Formats: sequence, C-alpha cells, structure tokens
Amino acid sequence: MTIELIDPTSERVPAGRSVAPRLAGLRGRRIALLDISKPRGDVFLDRIAELLQADGAAVLRFRKPTFAKPAPSDLRHEIAVKCEGVIEALAD
Amino acid sequence: MPLPEGLVAFVRSDCPTCVLVAPVLRELAGGDVPLTVFSQDDAGFPEGMEVLDDGDLRQSWENTIEIVPTLFRVERGRVVEVLQGWRRPDWERLSGVTGLGPGLPEFRPGCGSRTLDPGFPERLATLYGGERLASRRVRLGESEDPFEAMAGRGWTDGLPVVPPTPERVLRMLEGTPRDPAEEVAVVPPDLVPATVEKVAVNAVLAGCRPEYLPVVLAAVEAACTDAFNMHGLLATTWHSGPVVVVNGPVAARIGMNWGGNALGQGNRPNSTIGRALQLVVRNVGGGRPGGVDRATQGSPGKLGFCFAEDEPGSPWEPLAVERGVAPGRSAVTLFAGAGVQPVVDQLSRTPESLARTFAACLRTVAHPKQALVWDALLVVSPEHGRVFREAGWSKARLRQELDDLLRLAGSEMVRGAAGIAEGMPLEMAEAEIPKFRPGGLLIVHAGGTAGLFSTIICGWVSGAMGSEPVTREMN
Repeated sequence: MTIELIDPTSERVPAGRSVAPRLAGLRGRRIALLDISKPRGDVFLDRIAELLQADGAAVLRFRKPTFAKPAPSDLRHEIAVKCEGVIEALAD
Repeated sequence: MPLPEGLVAFVRSDCPTCVLVAPVLRELAGGDVPLTVFSQDDAGFPEGMEVLDDGDLRQSWENTIEIVPTLFRVERGRVVEVLQGWRRPDWERLSGVTGLGPGLPEFRPGCGSRTLDPGFPERLATLYGGERLASRRVRLGESEDPFEAMAGRGWTDGLPVVPPTPERVLRMLEGTPRDPAEEVAVVPPDLVPATVEKVAVNAVLAGCRPEYLPVVLAAVEAACTDAFNMHGLLATTWHSGPVVVVNGPVAARIGMNWGGNALGQGNRPNSTIGRALQLVVRNVGGGRPGGVDRATQGSPGKLGFCFAEDEPGSPWEPLAVERGVAPGRSAVTLFAGAGVQPVVDQLSRTPESLARTFAACLRTVAHPKQALVWDALLVVSPEHGRVFREAGWSKARLRQELDDLLRLAGSEMVRGAAGIAEGMPLEMAEAEIPKFRPGGLLIVHAGGTAGLFSTIICGWVSGAMGSEPVTREMN
C-alpha cells in the first residue's frame, strides 16, 4: 500500500541569479570591505585594505550594525551600487 | 451537491429513533411536499419507500450531519430550517402535516451520525476536504519505510517524526480556527512565508496534538520577529536556540508540565511544541546544522525547549503578566537560551542568603568576567520560591537585590585579571559593571516540590545587538 504525505518543506521557487563576472584585475576597481562588527575584524580588514591598495584598488569600508543579524538591505544595496567587488570579514 | 427541494431526511438503520420515525417518513413520502431520504448505512432502509444511498457519506459530510435523523426543509435551493431527532410538533410544523406518527412518543433524541463514528471525521475530511490542503503531496513507494523516507528527505531533526498524512494534517488544523492559507510569519534564514498549513504539517512531524497548534503558531510568530532575531540565533556559533515559556490557562488545558522535570522529558506538549518550532525553522526556513546553523557545540535544547510556568504555586506574578499580558490570558515568551545550569542551595533559609547564591551563580553566565552581553532566564523552584514567599519578597525585590549584588568591580572583570585573558576591556577597570543589561534577567517559577535547586538558562547576545525576549499573546 502506498502512503501519501504532505510536504513540510518550503515550496518557494527561488529566482535564479547568475554570478557576476570575475574581475580581470584589481587596478582601478572599487572594492568594498564589509566589517561584520566582530571583535578585531578591523585588524584583519586594515591589512587587507593595505594589500588591495598596493595592487591599485580603491577600497571602500562598510560595517554591519551587529554581527548577529543579516546586513540591512540598504547596506547591501549601497555596496552593490558603489563597488565592483566585496570582501566580507569574519573575525574573533 | 445542493440538497433537493422540499423535505430532506438523513437516517441510519441502526438508530432506534430512525427506526421509530420510519413510518412517519413513509407517510411524508406520499404527501404534497417532495421528500428525499438519504440512508447512511442501508439503501433498503426505511423499507417500502424510495431511498438514496449515502453509503459513501458524501452528502452527510457535505451537509455537516451530526445527528440522525436530521430533517431539512429546502426552499429555492436554501435550507430554511433543520431539525435533529424526533419531536412531533416540530416535524408537523416543518412538514405542514398534522397528526404525524400516531402512537409515537412526543419526543426522542436522535443518534450520532455515521460521519462522526471513530476514525470517520479524518477519513471523510481527507476524501472530500483534501482540496483544503495546498501543499505539495509526496507519494511514497510501496516498499518504502515512511520513517526512512522522511529521514532521507531531510525532514527530521535526527529523531523519528510522525508521518504527515493528509488525515493527520487535517486533524491538526482542527486545532485552530485560522485559515490554513493564512500566512503566519516569514521564516528565516530563507525568508519563506509559512502558512498555518505548513506550520500544522511540521506540528504533525513533531508529534503535537491539534490542541497544541495555537501555541506552536504563537511561538512561530514570536520567533520570526525582528526583535527575537531567529536568523542570528540560528546562525550563531553559540549553543543557543529558542526557549518557549508558556503562560496562562492554555498550559493546563493542553496538559503541560510545570512541575517535576518541567525542563526535562516525558510530557508531550513540553516535548513537541518547541520541537515543532524548530522543525518549522528547519523545513520551511531552510535552517539546518552545517548550513546556516553554525553552532560550535549546540545543546540538547535545540531539539526543542518548551515548558510552562508554575503559576498556581508561584510566589510571584507570571512572566507574561510581568511583560504586559493581562492576567488570565495565554501567551508564549521566547528566550534565546543555551542550556541548563543547575543551582544548588540547601541551606539558605533567608531571602538575602538565597539571593546571594543566585547572584554568585548568575555571575558565571557565559563567563564570570563578561557582563552586559548575555541575558539569563532564572527558573526558581518551589522550595526556593517558598523562601521568598515566606519573607514577603516580590519578584521586583529579588531582581533589585540581584542587580545590587551583580554590580561587579571592573578591576576583577577586565582582561588579564585573575590570570585570565578573557574579560572586559581594560578601560573599564575603574568602573562598576552590571552583569546584566536592564531587562536582561528574566525570572520564572517551575519545578517539582522537592529539591532546593533552581536553574539558570544562559542567554545569547542580548538586546538590539542580538535577541530580545519576545512575548506573544495567543488569540
């Protein structure tokens, strides 16, 4: 005898998105560094910024209000509009 | 299918009242007003007249027959009056025929409709009401073990779950008057709207009974608020998960445990309500260990952590009342909790001494040299509660005492103090540091009547930075 069950999972169909093309190089590119507000994340990002700038990238710094919540949509939008690449820093 | 015009009767042959009124029905069948008789179990009953077979009970189910005989009067497609059982004056009025059933008693109550026989409501709801369910159906193969099939599809938290058959889901939905299609909350991390139906399916999985569903719905609503921040609570590396504290009459009504072993196993609503919430997050929201759930070690409470407050035995106002819910109303309060830390004090007989024990143990929440980051939920047992009751200490008095005792010397708290690198920033060395932020210590009363023990449930990142406790009143 077969048994029929009601699916407990989500039935959404997420919109497919393609990944942005990889940057050919860093020179002259605007790169976002997103600090998620974990302690000492800034130490890590300061060093990354130095390295990026040495490679000719323009670095823009952003910060989440708290590491415990997703980045606000306004912040994500701002990064997407202003930058061509983003590095998100986890740290403890 | 609409009922035919005129008089319409529903009967079953094993109902003595139906047998009693059989001659009346035969008499009415020859009258001016057309009569249609649906028989639930025997198309030959009543004898000697035309009867429509309702053996599949579709007509009875669609017309919500609860008692037989039921007699309708239908005019221009609308039911204008309904009678249940036999009562001569009513039947005479409805039929317009006097002198019905000479020799019959004036009144006889009817019998239960076959649609209400054990097991039938669920079966019929599935047969005829299945279209109420919008969710995708999963048909298992004949040789599939349902428990293995469900585990294989990733629907479980590691323990077996109850197969969510249409019958069980429809029965679960009987637990709430809410429309199955109504959106309850948008569930993180995938931010998927959860309908009442989806929550009900997961409540079936978790092992809930229908009467628990309103509590589960309230818990899902509370968990998916910005303030509670279920996304962050799920994603954190910390041990925590949602702890559901139930207040108000619903706790007794559904048989929750607030006494011995209230925080443990063995009571069905306690064990399944918190589990249902976690299964909603897993299955609807897509939050799974190793995925968005990044817990370093986790805790057993993440299977589901739910208990009721002992209100009858409490020296204090219930948690929900303290948080603004009217006395006598039911509510859930969600706390981002990370497991159980026992507190023993078998010698204190004064509230001052016992408060000092609580403070000494509360100081160690997460780390004795960290403060303001972590909330805590203190579960005071009846034997400890008695000490405060007998001394006339209100909950506010106890909290004030704890606040005073937990103003800690910065010099002992800063990094490096006591040879421990962990601690508060060095610039706080001269400060007096409160262990908890204002409102960061919740106090409830629960447990068995023997044992001078209480419990601290450690929180997670507190307040706007992380999670705020959320209380949701139930409708």
